[in-house]
Amino acid sequence: MSFELHREKFPCRISEVEIGAGVAGNGQRFLQVGGASTLPFLSFDGPSGHLPVIGMEVWDVVPELWPAPLENIFGPVAGDPVEWARHCAQEWGAEFICLRLRGADPELNDASPEACATLARDVLDATGVPLVVLGCGNDAKDNVVLQKVSETCAGRRCLIGPVTSDNYRTIAAAAMVNGHLVIAQSPVDVNMQKQICVLLNDLGVPQTQIVMDPTTGGLGYGLEYTYSVMERVRLAALQGESSLALPMIVFCGFEAWRAKEAKTGPTDGVVQGVAWEALTAGTLLQAGADMVVMLHPEATRVVREHVKALAGGEMTL
Amino acid sequence: MILIGERINGLFRDVAEAIQAKNPEPIQRLAVTQTEAGATYLDINTGPAVADPAAVMPWLVKTVEEVVDTPLCIDAAKLPAIEAGLKAVTKSRPIINSTIAEREQLEKYLTMARDYGAYLIALTMNRRGVSRDAADRLAMAMEIVVTADELGFPVSDLFIDPLVLPVNVGQEHAVEVLETIRQIKTLADPPPRTVVGLSNVSQGCPHRLLLNRTFVSMAMGSGLDAAIADVFDTQLVETVAAGRVLLNKEIYSDAFLQSVKKRSPK
Repeated sequence: MSFELHREKFPCRISEVEIGAGVAGNGQRFLQVGGASTLPFLSFDGPSGHLPVIGMEVWDVVPELWPAPLENIFGPVAGDPVEWARHCAQEWGAEFICLRLRGADPELNDASPEACATLARDVLDATGVPLVVLGCGNDAKDNVVLQKVSETCAGRRCLIGPVTSDNYRTIAAAAMVNGHLVIAQSPVDVNMQKQICVLLNDLGVPQTQIVMDPTTGGLGYGLEYTYSVMERVRLAALQGESSLALPMIVFCGFEAWRAKEAKTGPTDGVVQGVAWEALTAGTLLQAGADMVVMLHPEATRVVREHVKALAGGEMTL
Repeated sequence: MILIGERINGLFRDVAEAIQAKNPEPIQRLAVTQTEAGATYLDINTGPAVADPAAVMPWLVKTVEEVVDTPLCIDAAKLPAIEAGLKAVTKSRPIINSTIAEREQLEKYLTMARDYGAYLIALTMNRRGVSRDAADRLAMAMEIVVTADELGFPVSDLFIDPLVLPVNVGQEHAVEVLETIRQIKTLADPPPRTVVGLSNVSQGCPHRLLLNRTFVSMAMGSGLDAAIADVFDTQLVETVAAGRVLLNKEIYSDAFLQSVKKRSPK
């Protein structure tokens, strides 16, 4: 008796977005993300879209109280974000850079919008890979900073945000005008995720210029909530909920290294934080993450190998 | 829930005049405005005054398809007019509206629907007329399902219409229709779908819109899949949107009403 595989067929497809744009002469790379019409890695069900892309996070300020494993790696470059980003792209294989503009926070360095924008452009020029730019979390400041970043990096198709249903107009409008994409963020909540996406559609942001951030919970700190929400969002999208048919980005490095378990444990052999970060990412890849932002180069490498293996290749550990 | 816009019908004077004069403009305007209002299908009916519906139907289809991508519901009393309409369709998979549950006619319509890859609306009535109660309606629904199955027509591509009557002349029918909608889902797995001609419920009554809106939410609660309706009644479209959310067919968001509007026609 022959065995026939049951194929799950979904009526809808996740929109395909393009991040990064070439500038004449400098060989800027771009990434295509999304496009799935199946659940992650189930390519036997149908076209499963582009493989997830793995990027690395860079901060504009030297992080305070870093755990030793991060301090050891980034110590020499942490004071110079451009150098740090160049290392990520050239030495550690980051497919994109995620620049976190912590220093713009009025309570921290209160860096000027101009300084932030110049830094973003310098990182773009130095690395040659697509750029994600995150604000500092202060809505009023992010509105002016990200607007300036949008203008300065016009036409480079950066992914900018996050925007939330309480604060989206200024940043989304600036991104649209200058040819960037926006990160639509919700607080681990399917209804709020739909809300911000509907609001962005209403504003006129095309489906090809939105990436969703369902808010990442690290392993042990809400990972299963994030997983459930992402799974529900993806299933609803594939079944026809068009406002949610968008790629998703997760910030595994940042969230995993906040866990006390990541900062403790043996420091010889396998670093617990690296495992913590890689496990957070590996889990969320199964929930439908299309863009994964990492911190530690070793965790980045492990996750990249993991994606390769899931896609049918050989895994080298 | 599928909302089939009812306005492109020769029973309405503006449409009848446009057909008479072969003037595409009023028809195309109705196609665009109904789509923008939330219609997911457009009913297309030449009306009774046309001498040769089979000659007019292709023109109507072409006229509408020129301005919208919205799929069509080809509505005529006679088979040749429907077939002429089906031949003219170039875009999405259409719905045929409709056949009665009389064996010989069912077979012809099911075969035609299968050959043209269309959905089919079948009414729970036969030559003897409309049924009295839910049991009668269900017996005919069962005949429809069995015949479709015999002819290899997918039961889930069937829309069974349990026939809504005006509440001012057949008050006892509304509750029987709701019961029929509920029970039709038990006839097969996967079950056939259900559709009603919603505005019928209020024909000749004052407070028509209130009756339509109330009945559609009751019918949705019973499991209704589609309604041929007046989509220009904004509150009706919003009632359906709210119903979809409450039935957990669509993810809630505070902006759920915004997501039903602003559907672009093309």
